[in-house]
Amino acid sequence: MNQQFELPGSYKKWTWGLIAAGLIALVYGIVMLHPFAPVSHHGEGHDYSGTRFWAVLLQNSVYWLLVVNASMFFICVTTMAMGGWQIALRRVPEAISSVVPYLGIITFLVLMAIIWGGRTDIYHWLDNEAVKNDPILNGKSGFLNPKFFTIWSAVSIVMWWLLGRKMRSLSLETDKNGHMDYETGKKWIFKNTVWASLYAVFFGLSVASTIPWLWLMSIDAHWYSTMYSWYTFASTFVSGMSLVALFIIFLKNRGQLEYVTEEHLHDIGKFMFAFSVFWTYLWFSQYMLIWYSNQPEETKYFIERIGTADKSGPYHVLFFVNLILNFLCPLLILMKRGVKRNWTMVSVMAVLIIFGHWIDLYQMVMPGTMKDHATLMPFEFGIGALFIGIIMWGVGKYITKHPLLMKNHPFMKESIIHHT
Amino acid sequence: MAGGIKKFVVGSFDDEAVLFPAVKNVRKAGYKIHDVYTPFPVHGLDHAMGLRETSLHTAGFIYAITGTTTALSFMSWVFTKDWPLNIGGKPHFAIPAWIPITFELTVLFSAVGMVLTFCYLCQLSPFVKKHHFHARATDDLFVMAVECTDKTNEADLQSFLQKSGAKEVNVQVAETGWWIGRYDREQKLYREEKGY
Repeated sequence: MNQQFELPGSYKKWTWGLIAAGLIALVYGIVMLHPFAPVSHHGEGHDYSGTRFWAVLLQNSVYWLLVVNASMFFICVTTMAMGGWQIALRRVPEAISSVVPYLGIITFLVLMAIIWGGRTDIYHWLDNEAVKNDPILNGKSGFLNPKFFTIWSAVSIVMWWLLGRKMRSLSLETDKNGHMDYETGKKWIFKNTVWASLYAVFFGLSVASTIPWLWLMSIDAHWYSTMYSWYTFASTFVSGMSLVALFIIFLKNRGQLEYVTEEHLHDIGKFMFAFSVFWTYLWFSQYMLIWYSNQPEETKYFIERIGTADKSGPYHVLFFVNLILNFLCPLLILMKRGVKRNWTMVSVMAVLIIFGHWIDLYQMVMPGTMKDHATLMPFEFGIGALFIGIIMWGVGKYITKHPLLMKNHPFMKESIIHHT
Repeated sequence: MAGGIKKFVVGSFDDEAVLFPAVKNVRKAGYKIHDVYTPFPVHGLDHAMGLRETSLHTAGFIYAITGTTTALSFMSWVFTKDWPLNIGGKPHFAIPAWIPITFELTVLFSAVGMVLTFCYLCQLSPFVKKHHFHARATDDLFVMAVECTDKTNEADLQSFLQKSGAKEVNVQVAETGWWIGRYDREQKLYREEKGY
């Protein structure tokens, strides 16, 4: 049981198949959508193909990066809470978080191409002329400027990578050093907790506040919402938990993770259920706060999506499909105890949630960039496939290189006898 | 809730680790465990006792959707039919404004409903005096009450419990039903063999 896991052929086939499909989509985009042509100004006969290329890349890179990053956040919060139940499966979120540097580099390249390529169609605040004549954008220019954007994006990605790497190396260390006695175990737990807290604090400063403001909310630069970062966090965290569930079920099917039982799956399922509801709470609050406090100037964001009473917006259907996929389905299906303990049902729901929040990010990015011209064609799905392929490749690399069982963790026994 | 006066063989344990195998052995021997009273919730005891899964959560779901329906139908009737008010020019049928109240009523209905259902299932109510099998069940003893039938040999069962590790064993007669007022009149109970 303890032998090193080897990837089955089907996994490799899927990985390279998805990456190949994604690369075809990417090449198609570069050739057909002219992403490097100068930005044309909006007006009659405006060409949206270049915008489409960058908007889709932005949506996918930000979404998948924050999803894989969420699994390290999961490790850190459970570590800080002195959680024991997740130790039997801890290597799985660890493996997922090892993809952060790769996706981080891709995301950074995409963001830099947008920022320094002067894509004013993606980020309106890049247009110096417009900012000068616009008191709102001018007032925000201390925060929304290319230099701060570049530095803070770079710092965030590097910090996620470094702090995550530290957490992973602390975990791998235990394999080499053998069984810990009480004193060493206590010291190791303390060290782990300190690094986890540092990660969590930085996570709060980046993912839970500034990063969604910079990367996503600044697409609609005139509009702002205090709920936005939490909304993005909830969206990516619930997808991150779903991704963890999928990999656990995959490895369990392959006879690995011997100590992971329905009890652990039940707790992962509870996370998926609870954070789906939390996401909905923020989804609603974002709307509610504007509606209740009578701020017509902030309704722009929703008019672009739902439309007005007279004219339904182009994203009307998608906006509510989003709610059905990410709230009603998880709420009604995952509510029952038996479903959360059923391997098949949890995998179905995990795929549904990951897809649902991909759609969620889609409707966050597209209305501000593509206006009425957004499409959901093979190109959009192809780029998504590219990122899934990269995640599968990175996770596959980690789980074949390191043991899947963290056998020397002081809380290991607690995890084995875990009982909900 | 079948009521009536019944006879119980009561065994008191002072260790969880002894209690679990004892519960298993008693059930294996074919005795019916009435209940096990513990000072704190013991993980996995419900499973060991073979209790069926509670239907409390199903009741909770039903109370919750009742709350949701009550809130939405009442508010839509008030704000569109009975007393329409112009609030900042917003539509009369204004779902966003109702969601918080709908949520609160959903929670209120399910919470209150579930507490009452829980009390009913545990046969608790104001002015009802419950029979205590052992006073230390609220302190440091795990108390197992085994129901006796006409065919039960009490002496056998007592020694069986003792062998399983019970610190104290006795036979008690208690009422199992749930009628307000009857538990007040304790003298009416048959307590010939009261053990403590």
